[in-house]
Amino acid sequence: MNAIKRLAGWIWMALGGIVGYFSVTSLGVPKLQAGFDGNTSELVFGLIVTLILTPLIVGAMLVFGYYAVSGEYDQT
Amino acid sequence: MSVAAPSSLRQVIAASSAGTMIEWYDFYIFGSLAPIIATQFFPQNNPTAALLSTLATFAAGFVVRPFGALFFGRLGDMVGRKYTFMMTLMLMGGATFLIGCVPSFTQIGFWAPLIVFTLRLLQGLALGGEYGGAATYVAEHSPDGKRGYWTSWIQTTATLGLFLSLIVIMLTKISMTEEAFSDWGWRIPFWLSILMVGISYLIRRNMSESPSFATIKKEGTISRNPIKESFGHRLNFKYVLLALLGATMGQGVIWYTGHYYAMHFLKNDCRVESFMVEEIMTVAFVAGTPFFVVFGWLSDTWGRKKIMLTGMAIAALSYFPIYKTMYSVATNAHRTELTEKTTIQQSGVREEGIAGDSVIMTVTHREFTDGTSYDEKVTTRIHADGTSAQPVIKASNHLNSKDFWMLVGLIFIQVLFVTMVYGPIAAFLVEMFPVRIRYTSMSLPYHIGNGVFGGLMPAVAAYLTMNAKGSGEVPLQVDWYVQGLWYPVIIASVCFVIGFLYIDGTDHRMDD
Repeated sequence: MNAIKRLAGWIWMALGGIVGYFSVTSLGVPKLQAGFDGNTSELVFGLIVTLILTPLIVGAMLVFGYYAVSGEYDQT
Repeated sequence: MSVAAPSSLRQVIAASSAGTMIEWYDFYIFGSLAPIIATQFFPQNNPTAALLSTLATFAAGFVVRPFGALFFGRLGDMVGRKYTFMMTLMLMGGATFLIGCVPSFTQIGFWAPLIVFTLRLLQGLALGGEYGGAATYVAEHSPDGKRGYWTSWIQTTATLGLFLSLIVIMLTKISMTEEAFSDWGWRIPFWLSILMVGISYLIRRNMSESPSFATIKKEGTISRNPIKESFGHRLNFKYVLLALLGATMGQGVIWYTGHYYAMHFLKNDCRVESFMVEEIMTVAFVAGTPFFVVFGWLSDTWGRKKIMLTGMAIAALSYFPIYKTMYSVATNAHRTELTEKTTIQQSGVREEGIAGDSVIMTVTHREFTDGTSYDEKVTTRIHADGTSAQPVIKASNHLNSKDFWMLVGLIFIQVLFVTMVYGPIAAFLVEMFPVRIRYTSMSLPYHIGNGVFGGLMPAVAAYLTMNAKGSGEVPLQVDWYVQGLWYPVIIASVCFVIGFLYIDGTDHRMDD
């Protein structure tokens, strides 16, 4: 079980990276740009994704994954 | 650890739950009255202010909750649980009452949205401090082996607070005309808060400090810097992350899907009559609320992890079929129209103040063989040059009794999912952290998971739905109405896997 926990840690880190990449390239930033062109609902969504959800998900997933890989959640 | 006798424990729970329910009530009346608040406090023709309105309504109160968790959590771990959640109660009551007193935009201009925005932030801060305090306080009075049961009473308060807000709003609406409610009547639910908070203050005033906190205070082992101890040390921070990613994040999206999004979905996507939706939600909440206690009690023997993760998995797997059935039941595609009863009335009015503009209003009434009726009001503005603006359509379905109860059943199932993931979570969180930093450590993951991931759910899902529908007559996707569900389904699924792999579900003792 400990080996699976550690291995899955790499997946959480990768997931954090993927979420970060897609939120910058296809979700957050394009929505913000559309929002600055006058589309209010796009701007609100862009702000929620870029400023709130992305930093939380990316930060938490990367640190959690790192801890998992380091064996912090191993059962002793 | 010393624990309270059952009779005194019941008093502790009654006093804590009453205050927490009032705080949830205060927090949710703002959301339930959001459309009226937007018209009262925000200019209608200014996009920047409209944006501020949207942000204030959907996000600010939720996003600020983790900051309240940090501020009041620290205070609760240093000064005491009781005094801290007395403070949050007063702060919430004061802010809510004042929202009901703020003059409208037409009276004081931009001061109105600014003041309301500030008061909404104070509401969020107060709620961020309240829940962790109440849950910790009750848990620290409870014996091992029954903590899930006793703390589950606190877990009923969020649903009861939303339920109370709907009841108060419905009663206020019934007691006056629609115009009077839009004009000033909407302020009554805010004003009532000060009365409820006053009563709750009197009940809570005579409560004693939690036994666990009193002990560490006597021993002089209170934390000097709970924030640093909670989040600055890997040994504790790893559990904060696990609580967030393996429990509260999934719980948050399931709570808001089963409560707020279901309501939004019925009103906006299925176009069920607003008052009828409130009736459906109210009945489902009343039927579902006792299950918070049932699952809290079961978690003492079956284990918190099993119940929470089962709820999460079933919810993630069944949201799409449930919402597709809701849409099919609530809309009219399958009904046979009684064409002889259809009426269409059209009227044209020349608009005052806008030179040459006129407004054409078409009112349609349809009836169906199964007893359902449908009303639609289409308002189209025709400009002086002959062009017309996008028509504004207001439609509502008044459902027959069978479909009404079918929807009650489908919402009830979602409330059951909520009770499974939310009933045991207070006990689960308090058992993760040591007494000296418990308030701070459990409050932050709870309010990020529930407040931020969950609280933003209706706004994100509504956006995804709107995007899938598009602005044309024909929707961009056939099943556009369920696209918003990807947000809770993905988050609950990831949370399930993390919780399943990493949470140790065997230990139900508190480290005091």
